[in-house]
Amino acid sequence: MRIALTATCIADVMFPQAPRATVRLLERLGHEVVFPEKQTCCGQMHVNTGYFDEAVPVIRHHVETFEPVLDGEWDAIVVPSGSCTGSIRHQQGMVCRRAGLDGLGARAEAVAAKTYELSELLVDVLGLTDVGAWFPHRVTYHPTCHSLRMIRVGDKPLQLLRAVEAMNLVELPDAESCCGFGGTFALKNSDTSTAMLHDKMANVSSTGAAVVTAGDYSCLMHIGGGLSRARSGVATMHLAEILASTREDPAPAPVGAQGTQERAGATEGGHR
Amino acid sequence: MSTFLGLPRRRTVPDDAAPFGDVPHPDDPLRWGETFPDAARAALANTQLRTNLGHATSTIRAKRALVVDEVPDWEALRDAGSAIKTDVMARLPELLTELERNVTARGGVVHWARDADEANRIVADLVKATGETEVVKVKSMATQEIGLNEALAAEGIAAVETDLAELIVQLADDMPSHILVPAIHRNRAEIREIFLQRMGDVPADLTDAPRELAMAARAHLRRKFLSAKVAISGANFGVVDTGTLAVVESEGNGRMCLTLPETLITVMGIEKLVPTYADLEVFLQLLPRSSTGERMNPYTSLWTGVTPGDGPQAFHLVLLDNGRTDVLADEVGRAALHCIRCSACLNVCPVYERVGGHAYGSVYPGPIGAILTPQLTKSSAGGGGRHDDPNSALPYASTLCGACYDVCPVKIDIPSILVELRAREVDADREGRPTGWGAAMKAASFVMRDERRFELAEKAAVLGRLAGGRDGRVSRLPFPGSRWTSSRDLPVPARQSFRSWWAEDHDGPTHNEPPHDGPPHDEDDAR
Repeated sequence: MRIALTATCIADVMFPQAPRATVRLLERLGHEVVFPEKQTCCGQMHVNTGYFDEAVPVIRHHVETFEPVLDGEWDAIVVPSGSCTGSIRHQQGMVCRRAGLDGLGARAEAVAAKTYELSELLVDVLGLTDVGAWFPHRVTYHPTCHSLRMIRVGDKPLQLLRAVEAMNLVELPDAESCCGFGGTFALKNSDTSTAMLHDKMANVSSTGAAVVTAGDYSCLMHIGGGLSRARSGVATMHLAEILASTREDPAPAPVGAQGTQERAGATEGGHR
Repeated sequence: MSTFLGLPRRRTVPDDAAPFGDVPHPDDPLRWGETFPDAARAALANTQLRTNLGHATSTIRAKRALVVDEVPDWEALRDAGSAIKTDVMARLPELLTELERNVTARGGVVHWARDADEANRIVADLVKATGETEVVKVKSMATQEIGLNEALAAEGIAAVETDLAELIVQLADDMPSHILVPAIHRNRAEIREIFLQRMGDVPADLTDAPRELAMAARAHLRRKFLSAKVAISGANFGVVDTGTLAVVESEGNGRMCLTLPETLITVMGIEKLVPTYADLEVFLQLLPRSSTGERMNPYTSLWTGVTPGDGPQAFHLVLLDNGRTDVLADEVGRAALHCIRCSACLNVCPVYERVGGHAYGSVYPGPIGAILTPQLTKSSAGGGGRHDDPNSALPYASTLCGACYDVCPVKIDIPSILVELRAREVDADREGRPTGWGAAMKAASFVMRDERRFELAEKAAVLGRLAGGRDGRVSRLPFPGSRWTSSRDLPVPARQSFRSWWAEDHDGPTHNEPPHDGPPHDEDDAR
């Protein structure tokens, strides 16, 4: 397949390891990945904070960037983020229509219908659960709220993780409970957010896992931020990073402090 | 800070008795105390509250999940509940007048109240006409919403709450903190203390064993039931085609109030209608499983007007608007009126679970409160919103995690309504003073709508690496970033953005943009 990648703004700047792993994984599986360089952001932050007027031009830009998918330029669009996929699928059209832009809303929805979160693309579109990954670490999985309850990926990420060779996947207690991120909630209601984060971290620690993984680097930034502050030693990695890792081209060893993933990555020899 | 903290009203307990809680009765039961983030901060530090809430909500969550999972057609029931409520809202005016006709035809008297004051006035006058000075009450959110007990007290009428938890709250001169379990913030040691100090007729050797506490309340209430001539209730449902009212409860206190007194006064929000008697079958399956986690609640009382020789011989129904018509006029927000007050959304909400009900500053807390209260009080939704209204902060009291939507028995899309209310709050602000958030969001929008500006911003962001320590971790940022770094680290921006890596690594004909003019990269650093 010819697959267009939505890197997401936050991963583009802060966590490029997620879209890079997505590229590596899909190319290893024999697909062509395209990165439409016009892309910026899906508008989720503006929408969820209530800045619909400011979201519209961002959404328009996203739609224009990815509209070639409707002409068959690409077979599908992949997003390594549950919440961005959710915003594209469930909010872009609504925001456009609310602004009286029915045409743009319809175009957004048409593009959204071709847009898949990574685990959806792998399991639903490509029909894969075993992607040939190898990751010899103890890992626990946090199902992010929007992947779970907005786009309903269900256990697709777990199906993929269970098939990873040499990995010890341990169940996260109270996994479906929110980590407290919530975008600007983490700032506007910092105290409540921190209380939620504390409980999530306690559950992560109770698993003895070296790595907590999820399909969204925004939630991982939050959980990882807490784990890093607590000097827990537990690392955060995107689902894509684990699935991209193979015995021949392994992911760098997990590092449990924020900001150091990249440093570790810098030593990763031939690992693109 | 406490802009809307009103003066305490006259209480039903002696003035010299210090209240047990730190929440004196507010003037407005839909708007009291500090704004949510400040109230939440205080609540988070309340160890007793955290322990009680954590235990109670996790217990009830598990119970609910068990009894919901065993119903094979649960999703169909939710769809039916949602459809019935949507239909009711679409024809509310005609249904209300039809209900009035049917209640009247069966011997009831219907009163219409535009707001809390009007409803309180009607009820007080009805009680005074009976010559009574004490009334018994069935647990009711509508009467909490209008502050009926305080209004009656001001007229020299004592209203006695007969629901056990509501009695605890009343005796403690407290406010409810949960729709269904109003004393969820109290433990049994506290309840014993409240009973000993405030109930008046408890055994001196009362322990904090739940059975003993319940028996003490039972004996106390039994005396009230047997002497009461007037009862006041709310209603879970008003059946239009028969004029029947319904109260769903667990303890039997409601049944006592609804059958023993001579006069029954019911205060019901105008949204509580179901068109036909048969519609009850849907809600009587949805409600108990969603609220108490029971397959069926112990007591379901139904009454239709007045039955000669059986039960109250005078029945008054007060139909309460109190902002509901405005909510109904709102295409998006009106779904909040579908709520059947089961409180499932409170029990699953990770925010409510940690801060409790009082932080919401309204008798309607939790996710449903966060969309209902601002609408009923016209704070951020609808016109006339005031920026300093504490209720304007309520739509932001959520991570949008969606757990509330999943459990709602009538499928109210609470997260979407929260987002809509946020948009209205933002739009209302546009005409007022500029805010830091507004400026930041406008700037971000300007950057994000254009890839060249975005790329420049990315390059600038790399300079943010300077904010990090040697290990690339940012642990201290100035306000408002300090709100993040107070408890969390932040990684510095990546040395090389994805975009820049792609341009280096995947040079090819597929690019639909001019060639990337990225900076040179040190091979050791760039990956």
